Amino acid sequence: MSTQTISLPETYEASRPFVEQLHQWVTTVDHKRLGLLYIFYALLFLVVGGIEATIMRIQLIRPLNTFVSPQVFNRMFTMHGTTMIFFVAMPLVFGFANYLLPLMIGARDMAFPRLNAFSFWMTAFGGFLLYFSFVGGDGLYGAGNAPDVGWFAYAPLTSQTFSPGHSTDFWTLSLLVSGFGSIGTAINIIATVVCLRCKGMTLGKMPLFAWLNLTMGGLVIMVVSPLTAAQLMLMVDRYLGGHFFDTQAGGSAVMWMHFFWVFGHPEVYVLVIPAFAFASEIIPVFSRKAIFGYPVMVAATVGIGFISMSVWAHHMFTVGMSSGANTFFVLSTMAVAVPTGIKIFNWLATMWGGQIHFTVPMLFCIAFLFQFLIAGLTGVMQAAAPFDWQLTASYFVVAHFHYVIVGGIIFASFGAFYYWFPKMSGRMYNERLGQLHFWLFLIGFHLTFDFMHVPGLLGMPRRIYTYEPGRGWDIWNLIVTIGVVFQGAGVLFFVANMLWSRFRGALAGRDPWDAWTLEWSTSSPPPDYNFARTPEVRSRRPLWDLKHPEDPDWHYE
Amino acid sequence: MQPSLMAAFLLAAPYLSPTNIFAPASTPAQSILDLSVFVLEVTGAIFVVVFALLAYAVVKYRKRRSGEGREPAQVYGSTQLELAWTVVPVLIVVVLFLAAARVIASIQNAPKPANAVEVTVIGHQFWWEYRYPSLKVVTANELHIPVSDPLHPTPTFLTLLSADTDHSFWVPRLAGKTDLIPNHPNSLWMDPHETGLFLGQCAQYCGTQHALMLLRVYVQTREEFDRWVREQSRPAQISGPVSEGQKIFERTSCINCHAVLGTSANGRFGPDLTHLMSRETIAAGAAPNTPANLRRWIQDPNTFKPGSKMPAMGLSDRELDEVTQYLETLR
Amino acid sequence: MSTPSVTIREDDLGWNLPARGPVAMYCVIGAEVAMFTIFVVAYIFYIGKSATGPQPRDVLHVPIFLTICLLSSSMTIHFAVRFLRSGRMASFGVWWLLTIALGLIFLLGTLREWRELIAEGLTIQTNLFGTTYYSLVGLHAFHVTVGLLALTTVLIFTLRGDVGKQHTERTEVLSMYWHFVDVVWIVVFTLVYIIGR
Repeated sequence: MSTQTISLPETYEASRPFVEQLHQWVTTVDHKRLGLLYIFYALLFLVVGGIEATIMRIQLIRPLNTFVSPQVFNRMFTMHGTTMIFFVAMPLVFGFANYLLPLMIGARDMAFPRLNAFSFWMTAFGGFLLYFSFVGGDGLYGAGNAPDVGWFAYAPLTSQTFSPGHSTDFWTLSLLVSGFGSIGTAINIIATVVCLRCKGMTLGKMPLFAWLNLTMGGLVIMVVSPLTAAQLMLMVDRYLGGHFFDTQAGGSAVMWMHFFWVFGHPEVYVLVIPAFAFASEIIPVFSRKAIFGYPVMVAATVGIGFISMSVWAHHMFTVGMSSGANTFFVLSTMAVAVPTGIKIFNWLATMWGGQIHFTVPMLFCIAFLFQFLIAGLTGVMQAAAPFDWQLTASYFVVAHFHYVIVGGIIFASFGAFYYWFPKMSGRMYNERLGQLHFWLFLIGFHLTFDFMHVPGLLGMPRRIYTYEPGRGWDIWNLIVTIGVVFQGAGVLFFVANMLWSRFRGALAGRDPWDAWTLEWSTSSPPPDYNFARTPEVRSRRPLWDLKHPEDPDWHYE
Repeated sequence: MQPSLMAAFLLAAPYLSPTNIFAPASTPAQSILDLSVFVLEVTGAIFVVVFALLAYAVVKYRKRRSGEGREPAQVYGSTQLELAWTVVPVLIVVVLFLAAARVIASIQNAPKPANAVEVTVIGHQFWWEYRYPSLKVVTANELHIPVSDPLHPTPTFLTLLSADTDHSFWVPRLAGKTDLIPNHPNSLWMDPHETGLFLGQCAQYCGTQHALMLLRVYVQTREEFDRWVREQSRPAQISGPVSEGQKIFERTSCINCHAVLGTSANGRFGPDLTHLMSRETIAAGAAPNTPANLRRWIQDPNTFKPGSKMPAMGLSDRELDEVTQYLETLR
Repeated sequence: MSTPSVTIREDDLGWNLPARGPVAMYCVIGAEVAMFTIFVVAYIFYIGKSATGPQPRDVLHVPIFLTICLLSSSMTIHFAVRFLRSGRMASFGVWWLLTIALGLIFLLGTLREWRELIAEGLTIQTNLFGTTYYSLVGLHAFHVTVGLLALTTVLIFTLRGDVGKQHTERTEVLSMYWHFVDVVWIVVFTLVYIIGR
């Protein structure tokens, strides 16, 4: 066995004209640049979606408020939901997957770089189309034709009869287009993980990040098409006189719900499984221990993927399914909590006996653990269908899913930002700004979403632009709105941190965290080609093996 | 939670909010509450245990100065632990599942007794139509049902239909919510144990004025309910010659949407107005039923409910006064 | 200068992972199966539910000939790929052309069938049967069209002499799509013309 040392040239950016740099970004097929494009895109829409939420919260700060009209409010909750799911959370997870997967598996790029670029631009165009709705159609007067049918667009509200303008069409077409982008990315992820792993990296030796994103890719393949199908049917109804969901002609509104939620429920697992992936990489490094129970984590994730496709009608407990059907979905929904709980225990066990470093990424991941636990438990509550007959369509379920998406996914994503920022930019972020971001966002999150459960328990439905005084909801809505200020402040500090650190942060070097997966073996940022020579690995933590030649992982795996 | 604390909370519940799900006044709501308390106890216990373990780990295993330079022992897994924290959650799931399944059956498959009051509820954008087929009553927005003695129950069974989009009937203190979906009839029952006014509102986004599609359920004693039924099933009691207001009402397109039993007005698109004055609110609860509000509503419904399906009729001030006076006679 | 150390083993064991083309095509097929499943479920749900208008048994004629054509095209494309693998370009071209012709017959036959159905009063607007029938069969026909466009593109390249046996794997991936389209037809045919009638 011979050891060769390869010298890598430093990558340097000669200052080139702005137009040339812009052209390079727009025509890139490099997974790292596309990953960054996805992430910037997501951040931009995070701010936009946040503004939409803020408008709603101002309107709801007190009963019978007149900050915005009902028409504008209804557009706000529709756009907020659609934006956050499809143009923030999905691009975010795709962006990190794109950037990190080839680096983690020792590959030069994703399997299909041009498909990668195509997928990104499809997604981007979808977002543009959705927001064009504000000015399209009737123009700015009356805020155009922005969708106002809710992010799940129930029939027959979306029929021509009840939505005669183009709001539904903007919703349908923008998601149809970005859906093709999502499928393209999923194909790329699967082909990359299956076909491009470096030598020695069997499926059982690849980072959990790769396993979880592979599962996410499989889910996308299977569940985005049902949404596409349902949307094609909706277009047939609206423009070709079809009757798929035309209740006047014997069509079924419930069928739309089934088709939508067959997509909609696994979709949230598409979003949360990559968040699990972030936690599974960050928690071990800052506990200074290998992830506990790797094979079980893989099995649990794949199990979650499969079971999650059998729970969809728990969104439909009140539509009048038979008691047999309701009972089945209670069972499947509660069943999916088991592998999810197993994962929480494994993360706990990873930290147990370790040496926990409270870096900013770790702070976000610890908060993720506590918050995801709570979110999962409020989910179990709603899995008990009769309880759900009170809780669904109220602010309780709104609080629950924001707990999952913000408290779980966004927190884990912030952790990922801080963890991989040094790799992506070559510089360390500012620690103090990072801490400020964390604590402000934590306080704001809990102010808003802890207390949001209460109006739900007190009978406040969702999607209402105002409410009567005397229901006991006033004080809770006020507190919920106040939390927005802290969250906004936290995000501002985050953006400031990213910007400041990009230009003024200390140089990070290759491996600032003393971590163990292959991305930390390249320079920061990595060269265009990632690896001069494709690496070869013998265990799940190749850098641990290099750093601890006397006690490598492959003795124990 | 200690039983006394729980009891105190549940007793106080109705005063915290008139739509508090923890203040049931009817069997379905009570069954749901009993299940909810059990589920909360189980999930609460899980929360306390796991939270404590997480908090403990975060504190006990934080990096100390003394640990500098050495990595802790690397532990890769433990089959026993994995088994333990798989089996225990599975058992918990089985228990919760069985508890839920029982309540689903008891509520959904409850037989309808012969003495049940039957009401057909038709959801509209943005108001509620109530028909009592066997009692020959047609009304809107304010539902009257008799109180039910737990020992000799007289429940009310609602058949839920929709004339347009999806709606949902949610009066938290009386029952869980059930949707009104066109072409998909649903059923909901309740047997309130106390008289009074119970509030709720539509809980499935149905369009612009979903927020002000409010529910008011008046639970009355049997005598009061029977009297109400008698009054509601009579045609409009109009004494004397046809008023100017009635003439305006009938020649303007009011009668295209509204019905007044005993007159030529027979529209079904909007609420039945035969006994409009027997209702405490107008516009599905959006405003109290006063002459001033009524007049303002007819002048321009967008004052109370922007986006309501009733158009501004463009009546002159005099016409508005006349029509309001006419409607005031519809007791 | 950054200098990471990478250990290179001299005893280079074979490291064979699947080729990315077929993996990607399996994913595409998976996504398409999911989409067709939804249309099939809608079709099944609405069987017998059309209150008015033509019913399936009134207007549907079982397209045996068209089905034979389409399914045979699976056979012809299989032979074509075999010939490509052994470098027999002329035979490849002939069987490839045959595949396109059979597919085209299927498409044109479907259009003719639709013309007759419209004349008999069945459109996508007529009733639930019309909506679900045209959508499902139309979705399939759309996929046949896309396939034919791809096949024709390869034909053009072949006629120009740009295709050789080194393109076998890519052509095989394309033929996987074509086989998928045929399998979908078997399902649609059985559902629409046999079960649902």
